[in-house]
Amino acid sequence: MSGRERILGRVRRALADVAPDDRPYGEAVPRDYLREHGRRTVEETVELLAENLADYRAVVHRGTEDRLPALIGRLLAERGSREVLVPAGLPPAWTAAADAVRVDDRAADTPQRLDRVDSVVTGCAVAVAETGTIVLDGSPDQGRRRISLVPDHHICVVRVPDQVVSSVPQALERLDPGRPLTWISGPSATSDIELDRVEGVHGPRTLEVILLG
Amino acid sequence: MTGTFVGMPAFPKAAHDAVHDPTLRGNLRHATHTIRAKRARAVGELSDWAALREAGRRIKDHTLRHLDRYLLQLEESVTAAGGTVHWAADADEANRIVARLVRETGESEVVKVKSMATQEIGLNEALEAEGIRAYETDLAELIVQLGEDRPSHILVPAIHRNRGEIRDIFRKEMGRWGRPAPDDLTDTPAELAEAARLHLREKFLRAKVGISGANFMVAETGTLVVVESEGNGRMCLTLPETLISVVGIEKVVPAWRDLEVFLQTLPRSSTAERMNPYTSMWTGTTDEDGPRAFHLVLLDNGRTDTLADRVGRQALRCIRCSACLNVCPVYERAGGHAYGSVYPGPIGAILSPQLRGTASEIDASLPYASSLCGACYEVCPVAIDIPEVLVHLRERVVEGGPAVRQGNKVVLRPAKGHAAERAAMRAARWAFGHPGALRAGQRLASRTRRLHPRTLPGPGRAWSGTRDLPAVPAEPFRDWWQRTRGGKDGAE
Ligand code: SF4
Repeated sequence: MSGRERILGRVRRALADVAPDDRPYGEAVPRDYLREHGRRTVEETVELLAENLADYRAVVHRGTEDRLPALIGRLLAERGSREVLVPAGLPPAWTAAADAVRVDDRAADTPQRLDRVDSVVTGCAVAVAETGTIVLDGSPDQGRRRISLVPDHHICVVRVPDQVVSSVPQALERLDPGRPLTWISGPSATSDIELDRVEGVHGPRTLEVILLG
Repeated sequence: MTGTFVGMPAFPKAAHDAVHDPTLRGNLRHATHTIRAKRARAVGELSDWAALREAGRRIKDHTLRHLDRYLLQLEESVTAAGGTVHWAADADEANRIVARLVRETGESEVVKVKSMATQEIGLNEALEAEGIRAYETDLAELIVQLGEDRPSHILVPAIHRNRGEIRDIFRKEMGRWGRPAPDDLTDTPAELAEAARLHLREKFLRAKVGISGANFMVAETGTLVVVESEGNGRMCLTLPETLISVVGIEKVVPAWRDLEVFLQTLPRSSTAERMNPYTSMWTGTTDEDGPRAFHLVLLDNGRTDTLADRVGRQALRCIRCSACLNVCPVYERAGGHAYGSVYPGPIGAILSPQLRGTASEIDASLPYASSLCGACYEVCPVAIDIPEVLVHLRERVVEGGPAVRQGNKVVLRPAKGHAAERAAMRAARWAFGHPGALRAGQRLASRTRRLHPRTLPGPGRAWSGTRDLPAVPAEPFRDWWQRTRGGKDGAE
C-alpha cells in the first residue's frame, strides 16, 4: 500500500465516529471578526502605515512623482551605493538621477553576483497600514524575490493612497495567490540572543519606504 | 515517531535538574515574562480577538473533520502549480523520501529553515547517515546545532544559552562547519548576529537544495506559507534550485481567505508583533523566480492516531505559536528540555504522548507536567483546551483503554504497577514539592477561567482535593461535531 492510501485510510477510520457534515465551507466558519480595526480617513490610514513602518524600524520618506528621482538618488548616495539592482519594469525615471550603476534583474545572474550589489529599488503590490507591512508579488516593477533579499539596502516605493489598505483581510483580497508573495514588516530581525532585538540577520538590514503621493 | 532524545529521563527527574540550574532558570524567567507582557499588548490592540480566535478554531476543526478531502484537494492544487506531492506515513518513510530527493539532485549538502516537523522525524541525523550534511540556518538553531545541543523553546530554541556561551560556541565551532567566527568576536548580540550572517551567507549563496516546513498550506490554491523573522527562510525558499518542504498533514487550511485569520493571530501570539518581519507564500513553482523543482512531503507520523481520539484530536489545531509555553508556570521552572521532545511546554505535554504513545516513561509522565491552571487555554489562539486533554491523557495512562497506534486499534493496559504510574506519582510529588508553580497556577485559574470541579482517577486523585479541575469548555470539539449532524440544521 502506498503512503498516500495508508494515510487517507487512517484519516477516514479516525473520523468514523463523527457525524456526517455536508455543510458548504462558507457556512461552517463564523466570520464575525472585523474587516478592519477602527474608522479612519484615507489620510489617517496612510499616516498609520507610516507610523507602523517606523515602529518596526523601517525608514519612511514621503515623495512626489517629480521629486522621486532626486530622493532616490540622494538615498543611494548617502548610503554610498555603487551599484543598484533594478527590476525590469521599474519606471526608468525613478533611478534616472542616481549615480550608482544600474544592474538589471536577470535570471542568469548568480546569487554571488547579487551579493556584490549594494542596494535595490522596487515598487510593491500592496501595503498594510495596521501592521506596517509591504507586500511584493513579483510584478515587473518588483522583480524576482531574491533581489529584495540579498542586497543589504532595500528602497521600496509605495503609491499612496492607491496601494494602501487598512488590514490583513483587505490585503489578501487584493493579492493573487498564484504569484510568489513576500510580506515584509521592517528589516530582518532576530531576538534569539537573550531576546535582544538585533536588526538584520540575513535580509536587508536597512529598509527605506518611500510613500509616493 | 523517532525523536525521543535517547536516554531521556522522565519529566520529574529532568525538571528537577533544570530547577537547580540557575542560568537556565534566570534565562527562562526573563524570556517568558518579557514575551508574555508583549503578547498581551499585541493582542489587546485587536478588539475582535475573541472572534478571530473562534474563527481559527472553527477553520481548523472543519478542516480536520474533512481532512481526507482537503489533503486530496491540496495535492491536486500543488500538482497543477508544478509541484510534486509525496506522502509519508511515518518518520522513516519521510526521511527516506527526502534523502532520495536530495540524492537525485546529486548534492551532498542542504540548507534548512527551522521546522518542527523535520526535528520531530530526526531528518538531520537521517541525512547525515546518508552522507548528506544539513545546515540549520536559524540563528537559534545554528547555536543549537553548533553546540551539539537540543532546542528548548519553539520560538527561541536557544533560550537556555546566554550571550557568553553563544560567543564561546561560535568561536570554537564555526570553523569546523565553514567560515570561522572572527578572532575578536565579543558577546554583544549585534556582533554575534553579524558572525552568523557571514557564516551562513556563503552557504545560502551556493546552496542547491533547501529544506523547509510550512506554517500553512492552502488546499484551494496549493499555496504554502512560511512565517519568519530573520530572512534565512526567504534564502532557503528562493535561492536553491530544489525546494523540499516537509509538512504535517494538519497544517492544511481550506481557503486562501483563511489566512486572514491566522496571519493576524499567529504573529501576535508568537513573537508578540503586529506582523513578523517576513512571510513567504508560494504556489508550486514560478518560471525564472525561485526553485525550479518543488516537492511537498505530507507527514502523518502519529497525527492520524491523534485524530482518532475524540478528546485529544483538538491538539491538531495547534499553529505552534508558543504562547502556551510562555504563560506556563511549570515550563518556566522546568525548561524545555525536561519535556523530552521537540514539542516542549503545555502543547508538548499533550502532543508528544499522542504522537508517540504513552509506552515510554517520559511520555507517560508528560500529562502530569502541569498544574492544570488553564493559562495555556486562555492564550491559545485556536482555543485548544489543553487541561481537558491533559486530564484525558492521565486517565488513559492510569486506566488504559482503547487507542489507535500506527493506524491500528489497540487496547492500552492500565499502568497499575507499571513504570508509567510510578512516573506519574513522581510527577505529582514534584509539583507539590514546588508550591510556587501551583500557586501561580491557581491565581491565574481563579482570575481567568470558570472552573467546575471534577475528580481525577488514579494517582491524580491526590490533586483533586486541593485543585479545581477544568470543566467542559463552552463547546468542545466533539460536541460541535455531533451538533453539526445532518449539515444545515443546528449550525450557528
Ligand atoms: S497549543 Fe495553542 S498556544 Fe500552544 S503553541 Fe499551539 S496554538 Fe500556540
